[in-house]
Amino acid sequence: MSIEIRDTAKNFGDFVALADINLSIPSGGLTALLGPSGGGKSTLLRIIAGLETPDSGTVEIDGVDATNVPAQRRGVGFVFQHYAAFKHMSVAKNVAFGLEIRKQPKDEIAQRVADMLKLVHLSQFADRLPSQLSGGQRQRMALARALAIEPKVLLLDEPFGALDAKVRKELRDWLRRLHDEVHVTTVFVTHDQEEALEVADNIVVINNGRVEQVGTPDDLYDNPANEFVLSFLGPITTLGGAAIRPHDIEVVSPTVPDVVTGEIVRITRIGFEVRVVVQPFDTAGRPVDDQVTVTLTRSEARELGLTAGQRIGLRPREGSLIPAR
Amino acid sequence: MADTAIARRTRSFGRKTRGTYLRRSLVIIYLTMLVIWPVSLVAVETFSDGNSLTHALSDPAVTKAIWLTVQVTAWAVVINTVFGVIVSLLIVRYRFPGRRLYSTLLDLPLSVSPVVVGLALLLAYGPRDGFFGPALQDMGISIIFSTPGIVMATAFVSLPLVIRELVPILEEIGTDQELAARSLGAGPWQTFRRITLPSIKWALLYGVVLSLARSLGEFGAVKIVSGNISQRTQTATLVVEDKYLEFEQGTAYATAFLLTLIAVAALVVVTFLRPKEEQK
Repeated sequence: MSIEIRDTAKNFGDFVALADINLSIPSGGLTALLGPSGGGKSTLLRIIAGLETPDSGTVEIDGVDATNVPAQRRGVGFVFQHYAAFKHMSVAKNVAFGLEIRKQPKDEIAQRVADMLKLVHLSQFADRLPSQLSGGQRQRMALARALAIEPKVLLLDEPFGALDAKVRKELRDWLRRLHDEVHVTTVFVTHDQEEALEVADNIVVINNGRVEQVGTPDDLYDNPANEFVLSFLGPITTLGGAAIRPHDIEVVSPTVPDVVTGEIVRITRIGFEVRVVVQPFDTAGRPVDDQVTVTLTRSEARELGLTAGQRIGLRPREGSLIPAR
Repeated sequence: MADTAIARRTRSFGRKTRGTYLRRSLVIIYLTMLVIWPVSLVAVETFSDGNSLTHALSDPAVTKAIWLTVQVTAWAVVINTVFGVIVSLLIVRYRFPGRRLYSTLLDLPLSVSPVVVGLALLLAYGPRDGFFGPALQDMGISIIFSTPGIVMATAFVSLPLVIRELVPILEEIGTDQELAARSLGAGPWQTFRRITLPSIKWALLYGVVLSLARSLGEFGAVKIVSGNISQRTQTATLVVEDKYLEFEQGTAYATAFLLTLIAVAALVVVTFLRPKEEQK
């Protein structure tokens, strides 16, 4: 059930939310729309769902032009950041909603609801009200509700954005496993590059209403198309004038030939990671360039016995310099 | 240690100082002097000579007036409920030019004196020199000095009550639930009936009760548009005034008592219904 978006544009007053988007989302995959807040990714998702109408352009779902099909007939499952739970209905009633609207027989609905609740591990909460669930449970209920109608595509708008860090991580893993089970074409919006890199098969980077790059997580991380994708996907530093990820810099002795030498300014430990800020020198020993940030694992740092003020050599690990475009 | 600290703090919260009693007394005295005592006197007067109530209820001027008030109130409440829900949805969910002006105008009926409302309706729909009046009169429809005019005047003065209850609730619940329902296949009407209406039902009920109470008690606007014809266009509040001026105080008090009773009963019913639902 692929999605084709052609020349789609959307303005809100003077604000350009989307400018001529062309995008094709493959069938059966888990695709992330990644970008900063206000970049247009949620608008694009809502246009796919039919909750928003584009000013121009078309949306095709499964080869059928859906641009003028209203939301309720698109067969799209939608999950909101703030769950959008039907507060006055029990969990089971929430999940049954779409099926009852479709006037399916009662016993079929009951069976389907039981299956869905089992899938999202909420069977024992069927009779509770949404207000009696935790955030993570509510979001799983919202997912079950969206999946119950057997949607052609499942759309999630910042699905884990309102949850705390630990639950967010759990649900992320769980979403990945769920997707491997149900195989429905899934698109989710996120501003968290780690989430996109971890969960998605494909990432679409959107900024200022434009698609910056489309590709697999590896592709984007290693071959960013431009400065924006480079900096958005992960930390970045410069070594000898070239952009590089801080963990791709190797710390060696300053006497090794062809290395950038420098002095350690500061060492910060964040959990298992050690962040070393280095002031590089030229051959005459004068400070040059901006400070370089290097990240090492704790054991690497311990083996090297680094201390502030120490002179060290820096060199990029093999194949890690990001090609300048 | 921590337990005793918490216990101490709770106690100090609950401790009743002289100030607490002073504040409570002030509130109680204020309410008593202004509301409870005067209103209770109406009840006392009603029952003081024993048969005011039966006397009033055997007077056709009173019974017909009460029946008219009930009819008018029913119409006004139905009109304001339907219109109130539609208007509330309109001003919360849609952005259109003049929306704020429109929203401000909705408070006009509460800020303008009912007498002015009555005069305005008279000017617009009066049978002789009103703007629409003569034309309607020719078609055999009379508005002023008959029930439609009374309903209009009553609906006018109680118009904002439902809307002012609904708007904050609609703003609070947002559109996510409605959008979710749409994406699950519900049409606009299904979405309204199954999602929006259950979310606003308590605010709606409260608004309905308020406009019910307001409609029962309307006097000024109705007095002007009704013509105050006994047994025909005289509502309960007009009867109260008439009887009072005709030195039939007993009947006036009894009618006033009945009016109060209906309004209080409606408020009490809602107050008792509401917490039951919230505890669930």
